[in-house]
Amino acid sequence: MTTLIRKMMTADSDSTLLVKSLQFLSQRAKAVVLPMVGIAVFLVIWSFAANSIDTSLGKFPGPKAVVTQIGNLYQEHQSEREKKAAFYQRQEERNAKRIAKDPDYQPKIRAYTGKETFLDQIGTSLVTVMSGFILAAVIAIPLGIAVGLSKTLNTAINPIIQVFKPVSPLAWLPLVTMVVSAVYVSPEPMFAKSFINSMITVTLCCLWPMVINTSVGVAAIDQDWVNVSRVLRLPSLVHVQKIVLPASIPAIFTGMRLSLGIAWMVLIAAEMLAQNPGLGKFVWDEFQNGSSQSLSRIMTAVIVIGFIGFLLDRAMLQLQRLVSWDKESANR
Amino acid sequence: MSILLDISKIDMVFPTPKGDFTALKEVDLKIKKGEFISLIGHSGCGKSTVLNVVAGLLQATKGGVLLNNKEVTEPGPERAVVFQNHSLLPWLTAYQNVELAVKQVFNRKMSKAEMQDWIEHNLKLVHMDHAMHKRPDEISGGMKQRVGIARALAMQPEVLLMDEPFGALDALTRAHMQDSLMEIQDELNNTVIMITHDVDEAVLLSDRIVMMTNGPAATVGEILDVKLERPRNRLSLAQDAEYNRLRSAVLTFLYEKQRKVENIPAQSSSKKAGETGDLQIVDSTNDVDVA
Repeated sequence: MTTLIRKMMTADSDSTLLVKSLQFLSQRAKAVVLPMVGIAVFLVIWSFAANSIDTSLGKFPGPKAVVTQIGNLYQEHQSEREKKAAFYQRQEERNAKRIAKDPDYQPKIRAYTGKETFLDQIGTSLVTVMSGFILAAVIAIPLGIAVGLSKTLNTAINPIIQVFKPVSPLAWLPLVTMVVSAVYVSPEPMFAKSFINSMITVTLCCLWPMVINTSVGVAAIDQDWVNVSRVLRLPSLVHVQKIVLPASIPAIFTGMRLSLGIAWMVLIAAEMLAQNPGLGKFVWDEFQNGSSQSLSRIMTAVIVIGFIGFLLDRAMLQLQRLVSWDKESANR
Repeated sequence: MSILLDISKIDMVFPTPKGDFTALKEVDLKIKKGEFISLIGHSGCGKSTVLNVVAGLLQATKGGVLLNNKEVTEPGPERAVVFQNHSLLPWLTAYQNVELAVKQVFNRKMSKAEMQDWIEHNLKLVHMDHAMHKRPDEISGGMKQRVGIARALAMQPEVLLMDEPFGALDALTRAHMQDSLMEIQDELNNTVIMITHDVDEAVLLSDRIVMMTNGPAATVGEILDVKLERPRNRLSLAQDAEYNRLRSAVLTFLYEKQRKVENIPAQSSSKKAGETGDLQIVDSTNDVDVA
């Protein structure tokens, strides 16, 4: 491609516009072609490697098995949806008949209790991770600002943060489970305990990068901006709102992106153990199931988990571009 | 005219790991209302420290500053500061940057419409009304500094403090900004303390030039009265005998009486001086460090 362009340049120097557009095209082509090549090579290596690994549940799933499973899982989802619709239709018909016979009859509506499909489980996982993440952000960002503003508070709290930061979610989970079952007692709970357990574990693990990044960002605010605020005698609340918060938005977003990545990783492990009906439970159930399809279904889940993690990061980046004044840092 | 600002025998001592460092020793200066004062001296002599003490950003170790016979203990909008690198908030437009100051200073004293007029008036004064809804990263260095000046003027300060306001600008832009500043000064007749490295700038703009001795323990060396008629024109002044006398007086002070002995390689400073062409004292060490 480039040699072709070079030849054209020497042959016909008048058509610089054409050359430029070709160069542009070749750049765009590179941006598309190179990742394609990378993916293709990966798929080839994967299928070769998969073919040569034998397990007690058959061969390790290759790309083809995963594609088949994606189809299967979607089919299962569709048929489950049909069953659900049919169930509600039957129920409605039955109630209508009863009311026709006896106008005083109060119809009973029973919820459908079919099994969760893969797509439902993705939904559950997303809801859980976002709840845990938002709860962490609500705690971490104000805490980070306070720690960043006050050296005293920073010195006091820093050791605690450093100790809790490296703790694995698996270590937290039993404690969280016991505390939740002791504290969260209600006859008709709004949320399932498994959901609360997973969410709190996610929160505990993604709290720290946000606290640290926010506090570092706040502590590193340009002294000139602080002086502007001092000369204007801004009251401390206005100072935080007008100077500190906007100035540390880039750092806060860096922390939020790190945290969301951690949250998504932690969630899968938490769901496996807490039996929250999400992707983690799907993986665990398939592993316990041990059918000939299990491994390929797990592999599908692995790839879906990866994709969702990637999309979450992109979404966060888009949000940062939207909110942050510092477009430079949002491009990284 | 009465004394508006009295800098009364201030000492400034900074504790360092190697023991106390005396930056300023008995700096004493009385400034009348409407006076334009330049502070000139070699880098590291503590000019910025003096300014920061007047601004209230630093507290003098000994002595103090009186504004209208009241002691200065904290920063405040009546002593507005124009910082060297504009220090506009990058997430706000030029208008919003000035608005932040106006809202804080004239809170409840002005209606919304009055505030808007006042903000626009100040931006017009510095010729920034055409770009007032642009953000700092969309405008040039000179324009940013104009907005910084507008923000300070909008606070209606009793004393306007300028810390090398044009130090970061190229020579042509700087000349333009100096003319603008003289124009504004003719109209408003503010009391101004300006730090500068530029001898021409000092002579052109000031009523008095305060020359500081080298640190440590820097103090006021000589004070030069500039009795050139206003409005001043840089081109006609270039031939003026009095202008040249003042200019050489400052140069003599800086290069003979207070010759700076630099142990640090002088290479970078000679390069910088050649760049701008005019005879200015070049900052090779960072005097903001002390501040």
